[in-house]
Amino acid sequence: MEQSKRTALYDTHKKYNGNIVDFAGFELPLYYESILEEHNAVRKNAGMFDVSHMGEVTVKGEEAEKYIQNLVTNDISVITDNGVMYALMCYENGGVVDDLLVYKYTDTDYLLVINASNIEKDFNWMVEQKGSFNVEVKNISDDIAEVALQGPKAQEILQKLTDTDLSSITFFRFNENVIVNNNKCIVSRTGYTGEDGFEIYTSLENIVNIWEEIMEAGKDDGLKPAGLGCRDTLRFEVALPLYGNEIDKDITPLEASLGYFVKLDTDFIGKDVLVKQKEQGLSRKLVGIELLGKGIARHGYDILSPEGEKIGVVTTGYQSPSVGKTVALGLIDMDYTKMGTDVNVRIRKKQVPAKVVSKKFYKKNYSK
Amino acid sequence: MKIMEDYYYTKNHEWVKVDGDTAIVGVSDYAQHAMGQIVYVELPEIDDEFAKEDAFSVVESVKAASDIYMPVGGTVVEINEDLEDEPESINADPYSNFICKIELADKTEIDNLMNAEEYNDFCKE
Repeated sequence: MEQSKRTALYDTHKKYNGNIVDFAGFELPLYYESILEEHNAVRKNAGMFDVSHMGEVTVKGEEAEKYIQNLVTNDISVITDNGVMYALMCYENGGVVDDLLVYKYTDTDYLLVINASNIEKDFNWMVEQKGSFNVEVKNISDDIAEVALQGPKAQEILQKLTDTDLSSITFFRFNENVIVNNNKCIVSRTGYTGEDGFEIYTSLENIVNIWEEIMEAGKDDGLKPAGLGCRDTLRFEVALPLYGNEIDKDITPLEASLGYFVKLDTDFIGKDVLVKQKEQGLSRKLVGIELLGKGIARHGYDILSPEGEKIGVVTTGYQSPSVGKTVALGLIDMDYTKMGTDVNVRIRKKQVPAKVVSKKFYKKNYSK
Repeated sequence: MKIMEDYYYTKNHEWVKVDGDTAIVGVSDYAQHAMGQIVYVELPEIDDEFAKEDAFSVVESVKAASDIYMPVGGTVVEINEDLEDEPESINADPYSNFICKIELADKTEIDNLMNAEEYNDFCKE
Protein backbone atom coordinates (compact mmCIF):
# COMPACT_ATOMS: atom_id res chain seq x y z
CA MET A 1 0.00 0.00 0.00
CA GLU A 2 1.36 3.41 -0.94
CA GLN A 3 2.56 5.63 1.83
CA SER A 4 0.38 8.67 2.46
CA LYS A 5 1.98 11.85 1.20
CA ARG A 6 2.08 15.17 2.97
CA THR A 7 2.17 18.62 1.47
CA ALA A 8 4.71 21.19 2.64
CA LEU A 9 1.94 22.65 4.80
CA TYR A 10 1.31 19.53 6.91
CA ASP A 11 2.87 20.94 10.08
CA THR A 12 1.00 24.17 9.50
CA HIS A 13 -2.29 22.25 9.35
CA LYS A 14 -1.50 20.62 12.67
CA LYS A 15 -0.63 24.01 14.10
CA TYR A 16 -4.05 25.33 13.07
CA ASN A 17 -5.79 22.24 14.51
CA GLY A 18 -6.56 20.66 11.19
CA ASN A 19 -8.58 17.44 11.40
CA ILE A 20 -6.41 15.34 9.07
CA VAL A 21 -7.89 12.74 6.70
CA ASP A 22 -6.63 10.90 3.66
CA PHE A 23 -7.50 12.38 0.29
CA ALA A 24 -6.07 11.00 -2.95
CA GLY A 25 -3.16 9.61 -0.97
CA PHE A 26 -2.45 12.91 0.79
CA GLU A 27 -2.91 13.72 4.47
CA LEU A 28 -4.98 16.89 4.43
CA PRO A 29 -7.40 18.65 6.77
CA LEU A 30 -11.09 17.92 6.35
CA TYR A 31 -11.72 20.99 8.49
CA TYR A 32 -10.02 23.06 11.19
CA GLU A 33 -12.99 24.45 13.12
CA SER A 34 -15.96 23.00 11.27
CA ILE A 35 -17.02 22.50 7.67
CA LEU A 36 -19.94 24.90 8.04
CA GLU A 37 -17.95 27.69 9.65
CA GLU A 38 -15.28 27.53 7.00
CA HIS A 39 -17.88 27.32 4.22
CA ASN A 40 -19.58 30.44 5.52
CA ALA A 41 -16.27 32.25 5.98
CA VAL A 42 -15.47 31.75 2.29
CA ARG A 43 -18.85 33.05 1.20
CA LYS A 44 -18.79 36.02 3.58
CA ASN A 45 -15.11 36.98 4.01
CA ALA A 46 -12.34 34.64 2.91
CA GLY A 47 -10.92 31.18 3.37
CA MET A 48 -7.54 29.72 2.47
CA PHE A 49 -7.10 26.18 1.20
CA ASP A 50 -3.92 24.13 0.87
CA VAL A 51 -4.22 22.77 -2.66
CA SER A 52 -0.59 21.71 -3.02
CA HIS A 53 -1.73 18.17 -3.73
CA MET A 54 -2.96 19.25 -7.18
CA GLY A 55 -0.83 18.19 -10.12
CA GLU A 56 1.13 20.40 -12.49
CA VAL A 57 2.46 19.38 -15.90
CA THR A 58 4.47 21.63 -18.18
CA VAL A 59 4.02 21.39 -21.93
CA LYS A 60 6.71 23.12 -23.97
CA GLY A 61 7.80 23.06 -27.59
CA GLU A 62 7.04 24.09 -31.15
CA GLU A 63 3.85 22.06 -31.29
CA ALA A 64 2.64 22.64 -27.74
CA GLU A 65 -0.56 24.29 -28.91
CA LYS A 66 -1.35 21.59 -31.46
CA TYR A 67 -0.62 18.86 -28.93
CA ILE A 68 -2.89 20.32 -26.26
CA GLN A 69 -5.58 21.13 -28.79
CA ASN A 70 -5.68 17.45 -29.69
CA LEU A 71 -5.72 16.47 -26.02
CA VAL A 72 -8.57 18.61 -24.70
CA THR A 73 -12.16 19.33 -25.61
CA ASN A 74 -11.99 23.11 -25.49
CA ASP A 75 -10.51 25.43 -28.12
CA ILE A 76 -7.23 26.52 -26.62
CA SER A 77 -6.19 28.47 -29.70
CA VAL A 78 -8.26 31.37 -28.42
CA ILE A 79 -6.41 31.73 -25.12
CA THR A 80 -4.27 34.87 -25.12
CA ASP A 81 -0.89 34.94 -23.37
CA ASN A 82 -1.35 34.79 -19.58
CA GLY A 83 -4.84 33.42 -19.99
CA VAL A 84 -6.32 30.34 -18.30
CA MET A 85 -8.93 28.01 -19.76
CA TYR A 86 -10.96 25.16 -18.23
CA ALA A 87 -11.08 22.01 -20.35
CA LEU A 88 -11.44 18.24 -20.22
CA MET A 89 -9.36 15.37 -21.60
CA CYS A 90 -11.36 12.47 -23.00
CA TYR A 91 -10.68 8.86 -23.87
CA GLU A 92 -11.47 7.59 -27.36
CA ASN A 93 -14.90 6.56 -26.08
CA GLY A 94 -15.71 10.07 -24.92
CA GLY A 95 -15.40 9.30 -21.20
CA VAL A 96 -13.40 11.78 -19.15
CA VAL A 97 -9.74 11.28 -18.28
CA ASP A 98 -9.75 14.41 -16.12
CA ASP A 99 -10.81 18.03 -16.05
CA LEU A 100 -8.03 20.59 -15.89
CA LEU A 101 -6.92 24.18 -16.21
CA VAL A 102 -4.72 25.21 -19.11
CA TYR A 103 -2.41 28.13 -18.30
CA LYS A 104 -0.88 29.70 -21.40
CA TYR A 105 2.42 31.54 -21.14
CA THR A 106 2.94 31.54 -24.91
CA ASP A 107 1.79 29.19 -27.65
CA THR A 108 4.95 27.11 -27.06
CA ASP A 109 4.79 27.16 -23.26
CA TYR A 110 1.88 25.92 -21.14
CA LEU A 111 1.17 24.75 -17.61
CA LEU A 112 -1.61 22.21 -17.10
CA VAL A 113 -3.14 21.85 -13.64
CA ILE A 114 -4.78 18.50 -12.95
CA ASN A 115 -6.54 16.71 -10.10
CA ALA A 116 -4.48 15.18 -7.31
CA SER A 117 -6.36 11.90 -7.58
CA ASN A 118 -5.38 11.53 -11.23
CA ILE A 119 -1.78 12.78 -11.43
CA GLU A 120 -0.13 9.51 -12.39
CA LYS A 121 -2.90 8.41 -14.71
CA ASP A 122 -3.10 11.81 -16.42
CA PHE A 123 0.63 12.14 -16.91
CA ASN A 124 0.90 8.65 -18.40
CA TRP A 125 -1.99 9.50 -20.73
CA MET A 126 -0.37 12.79 -21.76
CA VAL A 127 2.93 11.09 -22.51
CA GLU A 128 1.13 8.40 -24.50
CA GLN A 129 -0.58 11.06 -26.62
CA LYS A 130 2.68 12.81 -27.48
CA GLY A 131 3.00 10.70 -30.62
CA SER A 132 5.04 12.67 -33.11
CA PHE A 133 4.19 16.11 -31.74
CA ASN A 134 7.30 18.22 -31.22
CA VAL A 135 6.68 18.82 -27.56
CA GLU A 136 8.14 18.11 -24.10
CA VAL A 137 5.82 17.10 -21.29
CA LYS A 138 7.09 17.19 -17.72
CA ASN A 139 5.40 16.34 -14.43
CA ILE A 140 6.46 18.97 -11.89
CA SER A 141 3.72 18.25 -9.32
CA ASP A 142 6.17 17.42 -6.55
CA ASP A 143 7.98 20.73 -6.97
CA ILE A 144 5.03 23.06 -6.72
CA ALA A 145 3.01 24.12 -3.69
CA GLU A 146 -0.29 25.94 -4.03
CA VAL A 147 -2.87 27.69 -1.89
CA ALA A 148 -6.24 29.02 -2.89
CA LEU A 149 -7.45 32.22 -1.25
CA GLN A 150 -11.15 32.54 -1.93
CA GLY A 151 -13.94 34.91 -0.90
CA PRO A 152 -15.10 38.51 -1.36
CA LYS A 153 -12.20 39.77 0.74
CA ALA A 154 -9.52 37.70 -1.02
CA GLN A 155 -8.16 40.56 -3.12
CA GLU A 156 -8.19 43.02 -0.23
CA ILE A 157 -6.18 40.60 1.89
CA LEU A 158 -3.66 39.53 -0.72
CA GLN A 159 -3.12 43.11 -1.90
CA LYS A 160 -1.56 43.94 1.47
CA LEU A 161 1.28 41.55 0.64
CA THR A 162 2.26 42.53 -2.88
CA ASP A 163 3.02 45.57 -5.04
CA THR A 164 1.39 43.95 -8.05
CA ASP A 165 -1.96 45.56 -8.72
CA LEU A 166 -4.15 42.50 -8.27
CA SER A 167 -7.08 44.11 -10.04
CA SER A 168 -4.98 43.75 -13.20
CA ILE A 169 -5.24 39.99 -12.88
CA THR A 170 -8.76 39.61 -14.19
CA PHE A 171 -10.97 36.52 -14.21
CA PHE A 172 -9.17 33.48 -15.68
CA ARG A 173 -5.90 35.30 -16.19
CA PHE A 174 -2.60 34.94 -14.39
CA ASN A 175 0.62 36.74 -13.59
CA GLU A 176 3.71 34.55 -13.06
CA ASN A 177 5.85 37.22 -11.40
CA VAL A 178 3.83 38.27 -8.41
CA ILE A 179 6.10 38.87 -5.44
CA VAL A 180 4.28 38.03 -2.25
CA ASN A 181 6.41 39.07 0.66
CA ASN A 182 9.72 38.45 -1.18
CA ASN A 183 8.50 35.15 -2.62
CA LYS A 184 7.88 34.77 -6.37
CA CYS A 185 4.49 33.30 -7.18
CA ILE A 186 2.18 32.55 -10.06
CA VAL A 187 -1.16 34.11 -9.17
CA SER A 188 -4.32 33.42 -11.16
CA ARG A 189 -7.82 34.67 -10.56
CA THR A 190 -9.32 31.20 -10.57
CA GLY A 191 -10.89 28.94 -8.00
CA TYR A 192 -13.31 26.20 -7.12
CA THR A 193 -15.77 27.95 -4.84
CA GLY A 194 -17.94 30.26 -6.92
CA GLU A 195 -16.47 33.27 -5.12
CA ASP A 196 -13.85 35.76 -6.26
CA GLY A 197 -10.36 34.67 -5.35
CA PHE A 198 -6.90 33.58 -6.34
CA GLU A 199 -4.85 30.46 -6.73
CA ILE A 200 -1.25 31.04 -5.71
CA TYR A 201 1.52 28.72 -6.91
CA THR A 202 5.03 28.81 -5.51
CA SER A 203 7.96 26.64 -4.43
CA LEU A 204 7.78 24.21 -1.53
CA GLU A 205 10.24 26.35 0.41
CA ASN A 206 8.06 29.45 0.16
CA ILE A 207 4.63 28.10 0.91
CA VAL A 208 4.67 28.04 4.70
CA ASN A 209 5.81 31.63 4.83
CA ILE A 210 3.15 32.64 2.31
CA TRP A 211 0.42 30.84 4.27
CA GLU A 212 1.40 32.57 7.51
CA GLU A 213 1.70 35.98 5.84
CA ILE A 214 -1.75 35.63 4.33
CA MET A 215 -3.25 34.46 7.63
CA GLU A 216 -1.71 37.47 9.36
CA ALA A 217 -2.85 39.87 6.66
CA GLY A 218 -6.39 38.53 6.83
CA LYS A 219 -6.80 38.16 10.58
CA ASP A 220 -9.02 41.21 10.93
CA ASP A 221 -10.95 40.43 7.77
CA GLY A 222 -12.47 37.18 8.95
CA LEU A 223 -10.02 34.96 7.03
CA LYS A 224 -10.12 31.33 8.13
CA PRO A 225 -8.08 28.31 7.08
CA ALA A 226 -10.44 26.08 5.08
CA GLY A 227 -10.34 22.33 4.57
CA LEU A 228 -11.49 19.70 2.10
CA GLY A 229 -14.92 19.47 3.63
CA CYS A 230 -16.03 22.95 2.68
CA ARG A 231 -14.07 22.75 -0.56
CA ASP A 232 -16.62 20.16 -1.62
CA THR A 233 -19.73 21.91 -0.27
CA LEU A 234 -18.70 25.21 -1.86
CA ARG A 235 -18.04 23.84 -5.33
CA PHE A 236 -21.16 21.70 -5.15
CA GLU A 237 -23.39 24.70 -4.49
CA VAL A 238 -22.26 26.28 -7.76
CA ALA A 239 -22.42 22.97 -9.64
CA LEU A 240 -18.70 22.70 -10.37
CA PRO A 241 -17.90 19.07 -11.19
CA LEU A 242 -15.71 16.78 -9.12
CA TYR A 243 -13.84 13.98 -10.87
CA GLY A 244 -15.15 10.74 -9.51
CA ASN A 245 -18.60 12.23 -8.91
CA GLU A 246 -19.97 14.22 -11.88
CA ILE A 247 -17.30 13.12 -14.34
CA ASP A 248 -15.29 9.94 -14.73
CA LYS A 249 -14.17 7.51 -17.40
CA ASP A 250 -17.75 6.39 -17.95
CA ILE A 251 -19.36 9.82 -18.18
CA THR A 252 -18.91 12.15 -21.14
CA PRO A 253 -18.62 15.94 -20.80
CA LEU A 254 -21.94 16.30 -22.61
CA GLU A 255 -23.71 14.01 -20.16
CA ALA A 256 -22.16 16.04 -17.34
CA SER A 257 -23.65 19.23 -18.79
CA LEU A 258 -20.21 20.59 -19.64
CA GLY A 259 -20.97 21.11 -23.34
CA TYR A 260 -19.91 24.76 -23.00
CA PHE A 261 -16.32 23.54 -22.67
CA VAL A 262 -16.55 21.18 -25.64
CA LYS A 263 -15.80 22.78 -28.98
CA LEU A 264 -16.80 20.27 -31.61
CA ASP A 265 -15.32 22.39 -34.38
CA THR A 266 -11.85 21.47 -33.07
CA ASP A 267 -10.27 18.01 -33.32
CA PHE A 268 -9.55 16.14 -30.12
CA ILE A 269 -9.44 12.60 -28.76
CA GLY A 270 -12.98 11.40 -28.20
CA LYS A 271 -14.54 14.02 -30.46
CA ASP A 272 -16.28 11.52 -32.73
CA VAL A 273 -18.22 9.98 -29.88
CA LEU A 274 -19.30 13.39 -28.63
CA VAL A 275 -20.39 14.49 -32.10
CA LYS A 276 -22.51 11.35 -32.34
CA GLN A 277 -23.95 11.94 -28.86
CA LYS A 278 -24.91 15.44 -29.82
CA GLU A 279 -26.51 14.31 -33.08
CA GLN A 280 -28.40 11.39 -31.62
CA GLY A 281 -29.26 13.07 -28.36
CA LEU A 282 -28.10 12.05 -24.92
CA SER A 283 -29.58 9.10 -23.08
CA ARG A 284 -28.83 10.63 -19.68
CA LYS A 285 -27.84 13.99 -18.28
CA LEU A 286 -26.71 15.73 -15.10
CA VAL A 287 -29.46 17.73 -13.42
CA GLY A 288 -30.14 19.54 -10.19
CA ILE A 289 -32.48 17.91 -7.69
CA GLU A 290 -34.28 19.41 -4.74
CA LEU A 291 -35.62 17.17 -2.01
CA LEU A 292 -39.22 17.77 -1.07
CA GLY A 293 -39.27 15.42 1.89
CA LYS A 294 -37.00 14.80 4.85
CA GLY A 295 -33.49 13.51 4.36
CA ILE A 296 -30.20 14.25 2.68
CA ALA A 297 -29.43 12.86 -0.77
CA ARG A 298 -25.79 11.81 -0.95
CA HIS A 299 -23.29 10.54 -3.53
CA GLY A 300 -24.29 7.08 -4.71
CA TYR A 301 -27.94 7.12 -3.63
CA ASP A 302 -30.39 5.86 -6.25
CA ILE A 303 -32.74 8.20 -8.05
CA LEU A 304 -36.09 6.66 -8.91
CA SER A 305 -39.07 7.47 -11.07
CA PRO A 306 -42.29 8.19 -9.15
CA GLU A 307 -43.16 4.53 -9.85
CA GLY A 308 -40.04 3.40 -8.03
CA GLU A 309 -37.85 2.37 -10.98
CA LYS A 310 -34.19 3.31 -10.90
CA ILE A 311 -33.53 6.14 -13.36
CA GLY A 312 -30.22 7.46 -12.16
CA VAL A 313 -27.89 8.17 -9.30
CA VAL A 314 -26.92 11.07 -7.06
CA THR A 315 -23.43 12.27 -7.95
CA THR A 316 -23.12 14.76 -5.09
CA GLY A 317 -25.64 15.96 -2.53
CA TYR A 318 -25.69 17.95 0.67
CA GLN A 319 -27.86 20.04 2.87
CA SER A 320 -26.67 23.21 1.18
CA PRO A 321 -25.35 25.63 3.80
CA SER A 322 -25.69 28.76 1.67
CA VAL A 323 -28.99 27.87 0.06
CA GLY A 324 -30.69 26.34 3.08
CA LYS A 325 -32.16 23.47 1.07
CA THR A 326 -31.34 19.82 0.63
CA VAL A 327 -30.20 19.60 -2.96
CA ALA A 328 -28.20 17.29 -5.16
CA LEU A 329 -26.65 16.81 -8.56
CA GLY A 330 -27.76 13.62 -10.24
CA LEU A 331 -27.15 11.80 -13.51
CA ILE A 332 -30.55 10.63 -14.73
CA ASP A 333 -32.35 9.20 -17.77
CA MET A 334 -33.11 11.82 -20.36
CA ASP A 335 -36.86 11.28 -20.06
CA TYR A 336 -36.82 12.75 -16.58
CA THR A 337 -34.51 15.72 -17.06
CA LYS A 338 -37.06 18.44 -17.67
CA MET A 339 -37.27 21.12 -14.94
CA GLY A 340 -40.01 20.41 -12.45
CA THR A 341 -40.13 16.66 -13.15
CA ASP A 342 -41.05 14.60 -10.12
CA VAL A 343 -38.56 11.97 -9.05
CA ASN A 344 -37.77 10.08 -5.86
CA VAL A 345 -34.47 9.61 -4.08
CA ARG A 346 -33.92 6.35 -2.24
CA ILE A 347 -32.56 7.23 1.19
CA ARG A 348 -32.01 3.97 3.04
CA LYS A 349 -35.45 2.32 3.21
CA LYS A 350 -37.51 5.32 2.16
CA GLN A 351 -38.30 6.83 -1.22
CA VAL A 352 -38.18 10.56 -0.65
CA PRO A 353 -39.99 12.79 -3.15
CA ALA A 354 -37.89 15.30 -5.03
CA LYS A 355 -38.01 17.37 -8.20
CA VAL A 356 -35.66 18.36 -10.97
CA VAL A 357 -34.47 21.95 -10.59
CA SER A 358 -31.80 24.25 -11.98
CA LYS A 359 -28.23 23.29 -11.09
CA LYS A 360 -27.58 26.92 -10.23
CA PHE A 361 -28.34 26.39 -6.56
CA TYR A 362 -26.21 29.34 -5.54
CA LYS A 363 -25.33 32.36 -7.61
CA LYS A 364 -21.62 32.67 -8.38
CA ASN A 365 -19.94 35.88 -7.29
CA TYR A 366 -17.06 36.00 -9.71
CA SER A 367 -15.33 39.30 -10.28
CA LYS A 368 -15.45 39.80 -14.01
CA MET B 1 -14.71 14.30 26.72
CA LYS B 2 -17.76 14.58 28.89
CA ILE B 3 -19.05 11.34 30.36
CA MET B 4 -22.13 11.00 32.59
CA GLU B 5 -21.51 8.97 35.71
CA ASP B 6 -24.73 6.99 35.95
CA TYR B 7 -25.12 6.20 32.24
CA TYR B 8 -24.06 3.08 30.35
CA TYR B 9 -22.17 3.06 27.07
CA THR B 10 -21.50 0.99 23.95
CA LYS B 11 -18.42 0.58 21.78
CA ASN B 12 -20.24 2.60 19.10
CA HIS B 13 -20.53 5.50 21.53
CA GLU B 14 -24.24 5.30 22.26
CA TRP B 15 -25.39 5.93 25.85
CA VAL B 16 -28.29 4.59 27.85
CA LYS B 17 -29.84 5.97 31.01
CA VAL B 18 -32.08 3.54 32.84
CA ASP B 19 -35.23 4.75 34.54
CA GLY B 20 -37.11 1.79 35.99
CA ASP B 21 -38.46 -0.24 33.08
CA THR B 22 -37.70 2.43 30.52
CA ALA B 23 -34.42 3.70 29.16
CA ILE B 24 -33.32 6.86 27.40
CA VAL B 25 -30.89 6.54 24.48
CA GLY B 26 -28.53 8.96 22.75
CA VAL B 27 -24.99 9.42 21.43
CA SER B 28 -22.05 10.38 23.60
CA ASP B 29 -19.89 13.49 23.65
CA TYR B 30 -17.15 11.46 21.97
CA ALA B 31 -19.56 10.60 19.13
CA GLN B 32 -20.83 14.13 18.54
CA HIS B 33 -17.31 15.46 18.52
CA ALA B 34 -16.14 12.86 16.01
CA MET B 35 -19.08 13.51 13.70
CA GLY B 36 -18.76 17.27 13.61
CA GLN B 37 -21.77 19.50 13.18
CA ILE B 38 -24.94 17.42 13.01
CA VAL B 39 -27.36 18.56 10.34
CA TYR B 40 -30.02 15.86 10.30
CA VAL B 41 -31.38 13.12 12.53
CA GLU B 42 -33.59 10.31 11.26
CA LEU B 43 -35.77 9.34 14.20
CA PRO B 44 -37.47 6.00 14.78
CA GLU B 45 -41.22 5.86 15.17
CA ILE B 46 -43.26 5.28 18.30
CA ASP B 47 -44.01 1.56 18.78
CA ASP B 48 -41.01 0.48 16.65
CA GLU B 49 -39.41 -2.59 18.20
CA PHE B 50 -35.67 -3.08 18.15
CA ALA B 51 -33.31 -5.75 19.35
CA LYS B 52 -29.96 -4.90 20.89
CA GLU B 53 -27.54 -3.68 18.17
CA ASP B 54 -30.30 -2.98 15.63
CA ALA B 55 -29.83 0.28 13.74
CA PHE B 56 -32.67 2.50 14.94
CA SER B 57 -31.61 5.98 13.93
CA VAL B 58 -29.28 7.80 11.58
CA VAL B 59 -27.36 10.89 12.59
CA GLU B 60 -25.99 12.90 9.70
CA SER B 61 -23.13 15.37 9.74
CA VAL B 62 -22.30 17.58 6.79
CA LYS B 63 -20.11 14.91 5.34
CA ALA B 64 -21.64 11.57 6.23
CA ALA B 65 -24.56 9.56 7.60
CA SER B 66 -23.90 7.42 10.69
CA ASP B 67 -26.08 4.53 11.80
CA ILE B 68 -26.94 4.56 15.49
CA TYR B 69 -27.45 1.19 17.14
CA MET B 70 -29.65 0.18 20.05
CA PRO B 71 -27.55 -0.47 23.15
CA VAL B 72 -30.34 -2.70 24.49
CA GLY B 73 -33.55 -4.12 23.03
CA GLY B 74 -36.90 -2.43 23.49
CA THR B 75 -39.98 -0.65 22.10
CA VAL B 76 -39.91 3.06 21.31
CA VAL B 77 -42.29 5.01 23.57
CA GLU B 78 -41.07 8.54 22.94
CA ILE B 79 -38.97 10.30 20.30
CA ASN B 80 -37.21 13.65 20.65
CA GLU B 81 -38.95 15.65 17.98
CA ASP B 82 -36.89 18.76 18.79
CA LEU B 83 -34.11 17.08 16.84
CA GLU B 84 -36.09 17.57 13.64
CA ASP B 85 -35.70 21.34 13.83
CA GLU B 86 -32.49 21.54 15.80
CA PRO B 87 -30.34 18.48 15.09
CA GLU B 88 -27.26 20.46 16.10
CA SER B 89 -28.51 20.50 19.69
CA ILE B 90 -26.88 17.07 20.02
CA ASN B 91 -23.53 18.78 19.50
CA ALA B 92 -24.35 21.35 22.17
CA ASP B 93 -25.47 18.77 24.74
CA PRO B 94 -25.45 15.13 23.67
CA TYR B 95 -26.70 13.87 27.03
CA SER B 96 -29.85 15.89 27.59
CA ASN B 97 -30.69 15.88 23.87
CA PHE B 98 -31.58 12.20 23.67
CA ILE B 99 -32.81 10.45 20.54
CA CYS B 100 -35.62 8.34 21.99
CA LYS B 101 -36.98 6.58 25.05
CA ILE B 102 -37.73 2.87 25.06
CA GLU B 103 -39.52 0.31 27.15
CA LEU B 104 -36.85 -2.26 27.97
CA ALA B 105 -37.30 -5.78 26.64
CA ASP B 106 -34.73 -7.30 28.94
CA LYS B 107 -33.20 -5.26 31.76
CA THR B 108 -30.28 -7.67 32.16
CA GLU B 109 -28.87 -6.52 28.79
CA ILE B 110 -27.64 -3.42 30.61
CA ASP B 111 -25.09 -5.62 32.41
CA ASN B 112 -23.23 -6.15 29.15
CA LEU B 113 -22.61 -2.45 28.60
CA MET B 114 -19.71 -0.34 29.83
CA ASN B 115 -20.15 1.86 32.85
CA ALA B 116 -18.75 5.40 32.96
CA GLU B 117 -15.30 4.36 34.15
CA GLU B 118 -14.98 1.53 31.63
CA TYR B 119 -16.17 3.82 28.83
CA ASN B 120 -13.69 6.47 29.86
CA ASP B 121 -10.89 3.92 29.58
CA PHE B 122 -12.27 2.69 26.27
CA CYS B 123 -12.25 6.20 24.80
CA LYS B 124 -8.66 6.69 25.81
CA GLU B 125 -7.42 3.73 23.79
